[in-house]
Amino acid sequence: MNPANQTYEPGTHPDLPPPSSAVGAIAWMRQHLFSGPWNTILTLLAAYLLILVIPPIIRWVFVDANLSGDTREACTSGGACWVFIKVRFAQFMYGFYPIEERWRVDLTFIVFFAVLIPMMFERMPGRKWLTVFLLFIFPIIAFFLLYGGSFGLAVVETPKWGGLMLTLVIAVIGIVASLPIGVVLALGRRSNMPIVRTICVIFIEFWRGVPLITVLFMASVMFPLFMPEGANFDKLLRALIGVMLFSAAYMAEVIRGGLQAIPKGQYEAAEAMGLGYWRVMGLVILPQALKMVIPGIVNTFIGLFKDTTLVLIIGLFDFLGIVQAAATDPKWLGYSVEGYVFCAFVYWVFCFSMSRYSMYLERKLDTGHAR
Amino acid sequence: MSTNHDISTAPAKPPIWNDPVYRGIFFQVLVLGAVVLFGLYIFNNTAENLERQGIASGFGFMNTTAGFGIITHLVEYTEESSYGRAFLVGLLNTLLVSAVGVVLATLIGLLVGIARLSKNLLVSGIATVYIEVIRNIPLLLQIFFWYFAVLRSVPAPKNSIALLDTFFLNNRGLYSPAPMPQPGFMWIVIALIVAIVGIIIMRNWAHKRQERTGQPFHTFYVSLAILIGLPALAAIITGLPLAWEYPVLKGFNFQGGLVMIPEFVALLLALSIYTGAFIAEIVRAGILSVSHGQTEAASALGLRNNITLRLVVLPQALRVIIPPLTSQYLNLVKNSSLAAAIAYPELVSIFAGTVLNQTGQAVEVILITMGVYLTISLTISLFMNWYNKKMALVER
Repeated sequence: MNPANQTYEPGTHPDLPPPSSAVGAIAWMRQHLFSGPWNTILTLLAAYLLILVIPPIIRWVFVDANLSGDTREACTSGGACWVFIKVRFAQFMYGFYPIEERWRVDLTFIVFFAVLIPMMFERMPGRKWLTVFLLFIFPIIAFFLLYGGSFGLAVVETPKWGGLMLTLVIAVIGIVASLPIGVVLALGRRSNMPIVRTICVIFIEFWRGVPLITVLFMASVMFPLFMPEGANFDKLLRALIGVMLFSAAYMAEVIRGGLQAIPKGQYEAAEAMGLGYWRVMGLVILPQALKMVIPGIVNTFIGLFKDTTLVLIIGLFDFLGIVQAAATDPKWLGYSVEGYVFCAFVYWVFCFSMSRYSMYLERKLDTGHAR
Repeated sequence: MSTNHDISTAPAKPPIWNDPVYRGIFFQVLVLGAVVLFGLYIFNNTAENLERQGIASGFGFMNTTAGFGIITHLVEYTEESSYGRAFLVGLLNTLLVSAVGVVLATLIGLLVGIARLSKNLLVSGIATVYIEVIRNIPLLLQIFFWYFAVLRSVPAPKNSIALLDTFFLNNRGLYSPAPMPQPGFMWIVIALIVAIVGIIIMRNWAHKRQERTGQPFHTFYVSLAILIGLPALAAIITGLPLAWEYPVLKGFNFQGGLVMIPEFVALLLALSIYTGAFIAEIVRAGILSVSHGQTEAASALGLRNNITLRLVVLPQALRVIIPPLTSQYLNLVKNSSLAAAIAYPELVSIFAGTVLNQTGQAVEVILITMGVYLTISLTISLFMNWYNKKMALVER
């Protein structure tokens, strides 16, 4: 039976499948890759580029890579020498932290992530208490665990700290400590009192106007001069104070953004209830504003996390610093690329997942404006 | 109900410790006092410490002989030059790498930003991967990568990587021919200036004519013709008074030509690739911020595509793009200080590094360095405020 010859009553024609040029892989490729001569040229160029770049990289990273053995003599196949990373892995993580004490670092970070990860989910019961624990109690526990000196734990001096652990310590302390300072500065900048406002503006604009590296130089050479004779505080603490002041200024601007986004009616309503300044801020404005700027805070944290690499310039061995030191070790000369790739991968995993989290929050908090 | 309550009485004045005005004054005096006291405390400690270490404060050291060499300098500099001169060399190197970096980063950002919006999935995918990878890796690591892993491992001068026998890349740097203006070159420069002035006048005239009669004028093509034509004419008349000095291998290294030292190339590459990724996102957001209705309305009015882009989309996108763009430029200038890690002789590396170590004038050196960056930042943010005010939407 030839369907072309068949006649149908109006409205009774059976549905035909769409033409093959409108569905399926071919149509998809036509629409997205070859829609017109210009696009076709671009696609071919891009495909050529990918064929040129991707296979050698895959061969270098996976196929030809060396994983077994533990000296540089084991690296013979011409691919990446991951042996270098394997041998130095513990040092990359802990720096020069004594081997028999490393469980303390592990424990600290296990507790940290065990509290942090449930805290990131909106529906977690008792989320408020987890936050309080992380912001106020955990730092004390972490200090006693990492530094020691009581509860029968041996003291581990800060020059022995290093690697990824030091990076995390600097970044987390920097952000946690800068939060309260940032809140105070942001409130000060929005205050009606001219002197307070001026002081806050000068403070914020000063730190935001100079590069972090000059702040770190200042922390390492000028802070000792500021202290009275005999007072001597260690390099890590100085760097931490520098990082803290620096990130507090950025934090203040993020929080100010949140304060400005609160409608004026909220202030007026709170004042009409008879609340004083601190209660207006503490009970009405800040809870709303801080929640609104969590994505901004996460973004500041990503920036700070990347910026902690600068402490290697003043002689602290953070993650990048220790990889760099290992790459210039005569025993492993010539394997710096492996070191950098590994280091880049770790930083990327941290930063990328945090930026995704921040985007997820933005979507979640962006209620009422979505069209 | 008591009736002797007189509502006409003014409310009792609050006691002085509850009056917001006095409270404000009191609080501010307290804060100011605390800040001043803290400042004095630090000042005293510093003065005592400096005295004990026998360091004379003041800026007199700027005139003493520096006694160290600098590998690349834009102005005359020798080991006999003063610390002040070294400062100038560092400042100029910072400005040089920042200026070139800003241009390169803008080009990369524009290209990648537009590519990410492309309908071609392969192209937009590559752009996305580039942005997501580069943005999430610390800049210092990228500088190290380019410097230690890439530029340090290129061959020695004898086996340079050559391009067309004019550009040479080896572990001493990137060599390219240097333009050598001959006498008579002045005329080309003069022609260029005349062309620019002419274009400005022509644009004004075309604008006025369009206001008056509604007739558009092909300003773009005419400007392009003037800009290329006049200097070219001058060059032909004077017989092209420009020679190129090619780098040649003599002994162990190249002589002549323009050389970019590896530190400069590494820093420039890292800065522009890193900042380019951020700029790409800004460009994308800017273009997306112009709603589709605007383009549709423009086509409904009968405007052609390129006019729609130039008169409708771009002005609105730029309003969104420019403020974050300037802050990216500012970041680039500040990030150029990371050169200290690979010893490219810019401000922080020379001044806060070498000069500080030689003189021990910590306070002065750090203050000057910070002052320079603050000046640059404030200048750029002043410009931004001015621009924002100029571009702000006039709402009813």
